Amino acid sequence: MPIKESDIEKIAQLAHLELDEAEVKLFGPQIAEIVSYVEQLNELDTKNVQPALGGLTPEGEQTDSSRDDELEPSLGQATALEEAPDPAEGYFRVPKVL
Amino acid sequence: MTSSRKKIEFSLNAAEKLNATLNAFLEIDREGALRRADQLDAHSSQPLAGIPIAIKDNICVRGLQTSCGSRILGDYHPPYNATVINRLLDAGAVIIGKTNCDEFAMGSSNENSAFGPVRNPWNTSKVPGGSSGGSAAAVAAGIVPVALGSDTGGSVRQPAALCGVVGLKPTYGRNSRYGLVAFASSLDQVGVFARNVTDAARVLGVIAGRDVHDATTANVPVPDYVGSLATDIKGARVGFPQSLFRVGLDYEIGKAVRAVVDVYRELGAEIVDVDLPHARYAIAVYYIIATAEASSNLARFDGVRYGFRAEDAPELRQMYRKTREEGFGPEVKRRIMLGTYVLSAGYYDAYYRKAQQVRTLIKNDFLNAFKQCDAIITPTSPTHAFSIGEKVDDPLAMYLNDIYTVTANLAGVPGLSVPCALSSGQLPIGFQLLGPYWSEPTLFKLAYAYEQTRPFTKKPPVFAGEMS
Repeated sequence: MPIKESDIEKIAQLAHLELDEAEVKLFGPQIAEIVSYVEQLNELDTKNVQPALGGLTPEGEQTDSSRDDELEPSLGQATALEEAPDPAEGYFRVPKVL
Repeated sequence: MTSSRKKIEFSLNAAEKLNATLNAFLEIDREGALRRADQLDAHSSQPLAGIPIAIKDNICVRGLQTSCGSRILGDYHPPYNATVINRLLDAGAVIIGKTNCDEFAMGSSNENSAFGPVRNPWNTSKVPGGSSGGSAAAVAAGIVPVALGSDTGGSVRQPAALCGVVGLKPTYGRNSRYGLVAFASSLDQVGVFARNVTDAARVLGVIAGRDVHDATTANVPVPDYVGSLATDIKGARVGFPQSLFRVGLDYEIGKAVRAVVDVYRELGAEIVDVDLPHARYAIAVYYIIATAEASSNLARFDGVRYGFRAEDAPELRQMYRKTREEGFGPEVKRRIMLGTYVLSAGYYDAYYRKAQQVRTLIKNDFLNAFKQCDAIITPTSPTHAFSIGEKVDDPLAMYLNDIYTVTANLAGVPGLSVPCALSSGQLPIGFQLLGPYWSEPTLFKLAYAYEQTRPFTKKPPVFAGEMS
């Protein structure tokens, strides 16, 4: 399937990336080449094959991952905000949304 | 001076001295490591008491940076330890620093780090492999005896092979991913680098096991890995997948790994022909599943809660886009784009679902093969260390480096790379042992038996010397 520059721009938009013109020109052919490589999977008839779900082993699937519903201390507001680029009065501040 | 302190000082001095050449470390924690060394001597019965260790910079260590080799996390200091880190610290290990890696563990050469490539201690014009290139180089150069990396498609085993050290990717669910920055969650596993099999076994014994913070860890007992090492492997069945030794494999590597097969035969192992008929589709499957998961996992880097935020973006969505555009490097963007594409409306069945179906076929190949053998031997990498810059412009050629390693991640089985020879160009060659789920003791035993018979004792030109 050919991938056009407009496709690249659309994917970038979906992925929240703001590619510059040079990147659009670079990624277009590269992604097209990779996509045509992965299309070799179409050689295989997989009509009756169940898709794998995740990477779990049978033992992993059987592991009960529930735990007791007990309160545990969390990071706390001050620590959680320590690495924020723009914290304000106990919140994460962001530019205007609308 | 205490013996712990002496060991740690040796490592710190070596790390500082060799970093100008290798660029293996992004942060060296002299003060913290020495403080800890001084506190430790009283409890020397711990399994890793006073052992210096280096940690890939995508695993969270409280107080140190976790950049993932990316500008978007830059100076991020996580407020918590990964579970594997807590276990190492409880066992007495001393973290001496954070190692360089491909950005978000995406790469096979370490050239995708935002902080410059790592250089191979065997030849500094060559790549160390990737993505855990810094950890591999630090162990190969004798800076630390052991290091942690992460392996999503071969990111521990391939650099281990290219740097001449032992590298393990455990069974999926063997150890916790809590605090490992996620790349592709169904494939990621923390792995171990060491200069010998015994040290790798010792470290896995410490970090392995169930963790309530990671629901994908399995409730499977952790055996005594060091206790399972032995040289008597008579009757062990080693699977030899002949078809993987044909196309695209470097001649010298093929020859070296066949010589390993001969050693196993001499040691009394039975060599069994096995076939993995879908292995040739593994790269295609991997680059659909891994990029799809990455595009979702990396959505969290948006300039709001931590890390870098772009300036001059007065509106929220614009801020997201600019932050990600300026913060991510080209390979990460390429993979996010590819992952977004294969998951996008109309393409999901054609790519993602198809890939998960072929993943089932690859898993079944292994289940069938392991009915006939206890482990499978392959090369770890189709080439030895290539030159820095040689493949950067050709992403697909770079992806094909992972041809022997990605199958283990797709199937969830463990893989161990062991050094076995030097090429005519004086570059290391490694072979890989793959085993059934939870067969780490078998892999360690087979690797140990080889290591005792044919010890790989050569040292790279860039080497810190032996720790006394």
